[in-house]
Amino acid sequence: MAYITIDEKKCKSCYLCINACPKKTIKVGEKTGKTGEKVAEFVDSGQCIGCKSCALVCPDLAITGVYR
Amino acid sequence: MQQVFKIPDSLKKNTEYTFCPGCGHGVAVRLLCQAIDDFNLRENAICMVGVGCTAFLYHFLDIDALECPHGRATAEGTGVKRINPDKFVFTYQGDGDYAAIGMTESMYAGIRGENLTTICVNNTNYGMTGGQMGPTTLIGQVTTTTPYGRDEKLNGYPVKIAEQVAQYKGTAFSARVSLDSVPNIIKAQAAIKKACEVQIKKLGYGFVEILSPCPTNWKMTPEQANEHIRENMMKEYPLGVFKDVTGEMK
Repeated sequence: MAYITIDEKKCKSCYLCINACPKKTIKVGEKTGKTGEKVAEFVDSGQCIGCKSCALVCPDLAITGVYR
Repeated sequence: MQQVFKIPDSLKKNTEYTFCPGCGHGVAVRLLCQAIDDFNLRENAICMVGVGCTAFLYHFLDIDALECPHGRATAEGTGVKRINPDKFVFTYQGDGDYAAIGMTESMYAGIRGENLTTICVNNTNYGMTGGQMGPTTLIGQVTTTTPYGRDEKLNGYPVKIAEQVAQYKGTAFSARVSLDSVPNIIKAQAAIKKACEVQIKKLGYGFVEILSPCPTNWKMTPEQANEHIRENMMKEYPLGVFKDVTGEMK
């Protein structure tokens, strides 16, 4: 199944990827990022279709790869 | 399993942007680097960096760059391109840089038909210095220097850059794109590629204006800022291709 990789060090918690994902496979995670907010986290539930929407909207290169 | 998205090679390894959360510059830089990778121009490109938040660009790019005086990126780019006609020269500027301080230089790049590519990021204020009114600030928009909103009687009307550049004969490509949603980002990618292509084919001046969110100075969340682009900015600045001499994009 398709999946994405998120670099937590780069995530600035803008959550644009969460809103862009058509399958809602990204959620607000547990870890705290460099801005002091919770970073985005990928939920590998087998729903991801590898559409790249999250990677296209991510303004901080935090989504480092989309695999399908 | 195949990698369908990766960070462009033109960006330095392990680049971390220093832009604010949700800033459109990050996407614009990535799209630009993607276009440079697609045409395999990394070794041959020279970047003219404007002033403002765009000035961070040379920290992120693995490309030769020149830091230009305020507004004069196209003027400096003209010199670099005329001496090195085989190099790919592009400028990366903001709206305050391009359309206020550097209005004359910018317009004359189009009038002379210089073989340059310009990416102009329009976020309707001077983002780096604290969100003052810029030439593209919308009527009624509150900034630090227009606390009661921009008044057209006092401050004049917003500058429409892409339409203005499109009217010159030397311009080969002029378009306005937006970074508010996934479909618009894909269109922005195509427009940036086209602006690079007209320079490679020596057709004239290639220009792309990008409507970009500035959540920090607009005092909005990143998602609200994208909504603001759709609701308010696109009414004043309609998206589209205003000139394309190749006739391939509409």
